[in-house]
Amino acid sequence: MIKRLDTLLAPLFAVMFSVIFASLILLAFGANPISTFLRMFDYATTPRSMTLILNSATTYYFSAVAVAIGFKMNLFNIGVNGQYRLATAVAALVAGYVTFPGYLGIPIIIFISMLVGAAWAGIAAWLKVVRGVSEVISTIMLNFIAIGLIAYLMAPTVLGVQTAENVIGTPIISEGNRIPGFTLPSAPIPVYGMFFLAVALGVSYWYILNRTRFGFDLRAVGMSPTAAVASGVNVKRMTVYAMLLSGAVAGLVGLPLLLGAQYTFTVNFPGNYGFTGIAIALLGRNHPVGIAFGALLWAFLDVSAQILDLTGVPREIIVIMQGVIVLSVVIAYEVTRRIKIKRQQAAVGSAGH
Amino acid sequence: MTAALMVWRSTASKKVKFFVIAISILATLSLVRIWADVLDLTSRGTISAALGLAVPIGLAGLGGLWAERAGVVNIGLEGMMILGTFGAGWLGYQYGPWVGLLGAIGFGLAGAAIFALATITFGVDQIIAGTAMNILGLGFAQFFAKITFANLPGGGPTQSPSIEPLPTFTLDSLSDPLVDIHRDGYFMISEIAGFISGVFFRLSILTVLAAGLFIATSYILWRTPFGLRLRSVGENPHAADSLGVNVYLYKYIGVLTSGVLAALGGAFLAIAASGVYREGQTGGRGFIGLATMIFGNWRPGGTAMGAAVFGYIDALQLRDANGTAMRAVVLLGALVLFALAIFALRAKRYQTMFALGVISAALISWFLVTTQLPREVALVAPYLATLLVLAFASQRLRPPAADGIPYRKGESK
Repeated sequence: MIKRLDTLLAPLFAVMFSVIFASLILLAFGANPISTFLRMFDYATTPRSMTLILNSATTYYFSAVAVAIGFKMNLFNIGVNGQYRLATAVAALVAGYVTFPGYLGIPIIIFISMLVGAAWAGIAAWLKVVRGVSEVISTIMLNFIAIGLIAYLMAPTVLGVQTAENVIGTPIISEGNRIPGFTLPSAPIPVYGMFFLAVALGVSYWYILNRTRFGFDLRAVGMSPTAAVASGVNVKRMTVYAMLLSGAVAGLVGLPLLLGAQYTFTVNFPGNYGFTGIAIALLGRNHPVGIAFGALLWAFLDVSAQILDLTGVPREIIVIMQGVIVLSVVIAYEVTRRIKIKRQQAAVGSAGH
Repeated sequence: MTAALMVWRSTASKKVKFFVIAISILATLSLVRIWADVLDLTSRGTISAALGLAVPIGLAGLGGLWAERAGVVNIGLEGMMILGTFGAGWLGYQYGPWVGLLGAIGFGLAGAAIFALATITFGVDQIIAGTAMNILGLGFAQFFAKITFANLPGGGPTQSPSIEPLPTFTLDSLSDPLVDIHRDGYFMISEIAGFISGVFFRLSILTVLAAGLFIATSYILWRTPFGLRLRSVGENPHAADSLGVNVYLYKYIGVLTSGVLAALGGAFLAIAASGVYREGQTGGRGFIGLATMIFGNWRPGGTAMGAAVFGYIDALQLRDANGTAMRAVVLLGALVLFALAIFALRAKRYQTMFALGVISAALISWFLVTTQLPREVALVAPYLATLLVLAFASQRLRPPAADGIPYRKGESK
């Protein structure tokens, strides 16, 4: 129980600190922080906003879990951005051009998207295992290459079509390949159907991590690669598996928006969920439930900020808050870790006498 | 390319080496220009644009170099660059470009100080702190731009009023005759004419400043006791500490300099390249700078070369109307890879030679079967080149030994 409290303390501290920080900025510009935050809260609790929060959180959850799988064994998948964008683009092309019989389409599209994500991450895995290239650098490069590749695929001379005036993208996805949503009471828009897949992913992530040999090996490599090798874990193979798995989950990131609302992929498809995922995975300490709370908090901030422009406060105050949260949460984790070590050392020291 | 250069670094003296590189670059470009029949490959406009695009990337890369030489991986370059564009825009439109430059330096310092506090004093993971820095830099710039620029004449929520330009320099009497020589298309002579007229065409004083910073960096870090200490902190902080070097101080200096350089790169974008602060102006150049630094093997000369390659291909892509220049880029890539394959053969690395040869042959056949290529090819080329360098020359790349490892005084590892 005490341990639980310790882990909760750091994120709470980070959120409080960011609220104080934002309040100071608001005060400096002559806005009343309390009324501003209350308006944000009021706006975010309307049925429409709650739906938007659930939708964004679904997307963020996929992204954060993809990052967390890597984090668990000290792999930095900075490349979620490239992986999901490419995966979503290919999935959109398949879904737009091919009509599948019955309900077969959706699982096939999801599978293809995961496959592309895994393949793109697989390049980084190969480079790391065979050539010793840091995955941080290779995935950054792959992100840019993915953008170029997508731009090429979307060109009207290749596979892109005109979907609206001045918009080039994939063909509009037909009814059969869309994922239906469900509607909250008195909300004007539906929640993505893929919300349930996010929940299922969370459960299976927890199960794999804590109840399987694979998950044990993953955590073992993350905590101490040398100890893992000594106990017979093939670290290189684990690196490849973790990276592929991370990429496969990253392949899901763009699908809620694609198959639940937008039905077409354009070059302007949101492209930065990967970095959001890093922040949320940190906030949630790579734990499936922690990540869920992190994703909801992030989505809450995003949606509640939409009211701000009407009150004369730039909504980017939220981005500052998010940055402050990430920075202060990692500092808080580091400080608590050091205090814990000090305490342990003290305990060992006094036990010796 | 870096790998090939390293192979022969030991066998040739520096002056000869520089001369041979310059001649072979000119000859290759000339060959490609004639073979692919693209005059614009080495024209005044292309070279001038390439230089302008290379400077911000190079400054970001140089910033990355300072931080990593002191053992801190700085993924937050992009965020610091954004702060630089904002600082330059905010003070620049009010008090002129020189004060704008100071503003960029100030904002870059502030961002770097936060990053340094997190990574050096608190010892948190550097990649994570860098990611946070990028979010923060973006948020700050967007927030304050909305507050300060929105109601100004000529400004808007995402854009500052225009900044007075800095002085530029054109080689008036020679520029146009040189362009004529270039247009006549002599082997190599046209290239030289294109280069001279291009470099001295609306040459911004900031470009000269950037070149000076590269030379200064290479002198300070490799020729002074201060530089030796700073690099020793990046190689083995515990050994440096045992010799009485204040590790924290040198890491702070490295990171703060890094922030200033990245911000100057941002200032170049705002002041020299566009004359305004604009949201999204950096377009990932902080990350590209990081790539050029790796491409250049954590050295100023290599970083400058990497930035030149990125800038050059970007310039070609922007000026390419019908896709023929992109086709030339493919040929250029093929020739470079072919040369590298020969170097690999000499170094008796047959597997590498084979891989490079196959890719080179594939590119040449691609060149032969197409008449024009989409510009996306060029967008991808520099990143692909960096990946190839990483994949085939990673054994030759030598990052600082303690790069990215948080340091705690008195704790070994």
